[in-house]
Amino acid sequence: MNSSILQVHDLRVHYHTRQGVLRAVNGVSFDLAAGERLGLVGESGSGKSTTAYAVMRLIRLPGKIESGQVLLDGLSLLELPEEKMRQVRLAGIAMVAQGAMNSLNPVTRVRRQIEDALRDHDVKMSSQERREWISDLLQRVGLPPSAADKYPHELSGGMKQRVCIAIGICLKPRVIIADEPTSALDVVVQHQVMATLEKLRAELGASVILIGHDMGLMAQAVDRLGVMYAGNLIETGDIQEIFDEPLHPYTKLLMASLPSLEEKESARGIPGMMPSLLNRPTGCPFHPRCPAAFDRCRTEEPKMQTVRTRRDVACHLYTPDTATVPNTTVLEAS
Amino acid sequence: MSALIEARHLTKVFGGGTLSRAKGVVALDDFSLTIEEEPPTITAIVGESGSGKTTFARLILGLTEPTSGEVLYRGVDMRKLNRNQRQHFLRDVQVIFQDPFEVYNPFYRIDHVLEEPIANFHLAKSKAQGRQLIADALTSVGLRPEETLGRYPHQLSGGQRQRVMVARSLLLHPRVIVADEPVSMIDASLRATVIDSLRDLNRQFGISLIYITHDLTTAYQLSENIVVLYRGSVAEAGDVEKVVKEPEHPYTRLLIGSIPRPDPRHGWGYEEKGADTTNSGVASLGCRFADRCPNVMSICREKAPPLYQTAPHRATACYLYADAPVAASSKLNDIFVPLSQSPQITPNLAAAAPVNGANGASAERKTL
Repeated sequence: MNSSILQVHDLRVHYHTRQGVLRAVNGVSFDLAAGERLGLVGESGSGKSTTAYAVMRLIRLPGKIESGQVLLDGLSLLELPEEKMRQVRLAGIAMVAQGAMNSLNPVTRVRRQIEDALRDHDVKMSSQERREWISDLLQRVGLPPSAADKYPHELSGGMKQRVCIAIGICLKPRVIIADEPTSALDVVVQHQVMATLEKLRAELGASVILIGHDMGLMAQAVDRLGVMYAGNLIETGDIQEIFDEPLHPYTKLLMASLPSLEEKESARGIPGMMPSLLNRPTGCPFHPRCPAAFDRCRTEEPKMQTVRTRRDVACHLYTPDTATVPNTTVLEAS
Repeated sequence: MSALIEARHLTKVFGGGTLSRAKGVVALDDFSLTIEEEPPTITAIVGESGSGKTTFARLILGLTEPTSGEVLYRGVDMRKLNRNQRQHFLRDVQVIFQDPFEVYNPFYRIDHVLEEPIANFHLAKSKAQGRQLIADALTSVGLRPEETLGRYPHQLSGGQRQRVMVARSLLLHPRVIVADEPVSMIDASLRATVIDSLRDLNRQFGISLIYITHDLTTAYQLSENIVVLYRGSVAEAGDVEKVVKEPEHPYTRLLIGSIPRPDPRHGWGYEEKGADTTNSGVASLGCRFADRCPNVMSICREKAPPLYQTAPHRATACYLYADAPVAASSKLNDIFVPLSQSPQITPNLAAAAPVNGANGASAERKTL
């Protein structure tokens, strides 16, 4: 019907704490086209990782998915029974978590850890087929097949992260969520791991959601960018367009905060802090830090609206462009 | 001009004792660096994990003993400081560590790590003044005092915990701060703020910084001089403008090419193919980068290259520059760009902070 593989609509995740209800994800909607690379960027506490965990239905108490819809290829994930959802994880949608390399079991060999994933999803393979598939997987992520017989401590950080990517793709998922996959790695290794991920994505024809706070990495690794702030998606658009002309004042400040290799002391930190999610300010959550805030921002929360072709922004400075069709329709058409 | 901290021919080898069959891992190899009393400088030590940068930090802090070589504090070997000298050293040299998890006692509230230095070094005349100092320090690193104080370490994120550590060293106004990856766990949008406060420490209070990082971008932003380490040896050193903008050593070129630029039109530089960057660290005869180097020559595998002084304020340890004169590796400071302007210690700032000001505090500190 349309080309989007993952549709997230009005997703809300609340944490019920003793101090009150913490709205970590506050109505996030986005579409991910088949083969597309979407980046979600934001400060810590912006809800970018929580969004990913909610899509995977991995939110633990006191957190709860309050409402919303997640459609993976038309399948409504939030309504699936838990056992069915467990099957979808890894097979349909896989996650390479932040510091995933530390999640490897230190006392079992790499081979066993990949086999566990296959067995857990009832993959019927002869032991010969399984051996071949595992060495194929390891080669695809740029490791020698002999790595299968190593223990995690015998591998470097970058190699361990590649093992995690190999586990992530072992069932050929349609969507790969990579949550800061390289934040613990050296810059040279980061480049290698990201290149590996991109090669695999292209081979599998999968879509990728890359989560992080490094705008440089986003610029190099995604097609479309979503900027998150205080649990909301506040701007989306093609990566090049956002870098050329950020629209939301927060995105503008975020761009200006990037230290440069060309010019000294050009970076400006964003004044103020992200509001506490326990008591969000009324109106736009960014208004206390916003240099362009006016009266309406303090009372009325702006909604995401399409202001240009394929550019959505939640800010009262912009009025919807009635000439352009909504973003989702454009995606369908493309 | 006298040296505050002087590292002389520091070498640190891990493992490889007489009973061990394995060769030791050379974490740092014959490294020398001097931090002068005046003027306050900012020196970046850059390298990947395993380059020896953190080992260097631990050595000049006296947290680990060198295998050979020595660290001098005001001309006295670190291992031979008397009680009084050691007390001064502990205040003069502060550190911000990479891992903000290990420095906290989980049973104490955050307030504890901030109140401790105030009490130990008598930074405040009253409890209220102490609270104010803490609040100011926290605010300057982007934390809300009312939301930070009274909490336990596990209630703060790694980034927040690290910012409390930066705030803690702001309190003491020492002469030197060794900052080991202080911003690597902090959000990009707040990094600029923390970098600014570190720079303020240097400019306003005359504190020297040794900025240890893997991130060349922030190193470029903050420092005047840079030392690029690879597996314990200096690959390239000198004026940060030159080293970052026109890198000479193939390793520095690889590092700079690997940085993802925040510009989709600027392609990602060349990717190192297939190389496994695990650090074997075993001492080898030739250049340590030879196995990964795209420009490797036969001489590189025979003998480690010396530092060649390729320009007035830079030196590179690579045979590609063998035409240039050899620079003494023990005289890195001679290569560095001297500070053109004298430290901008504004009189009112010095006067405003008589209790905790770094300037002229040495006389005062004698009474501690």
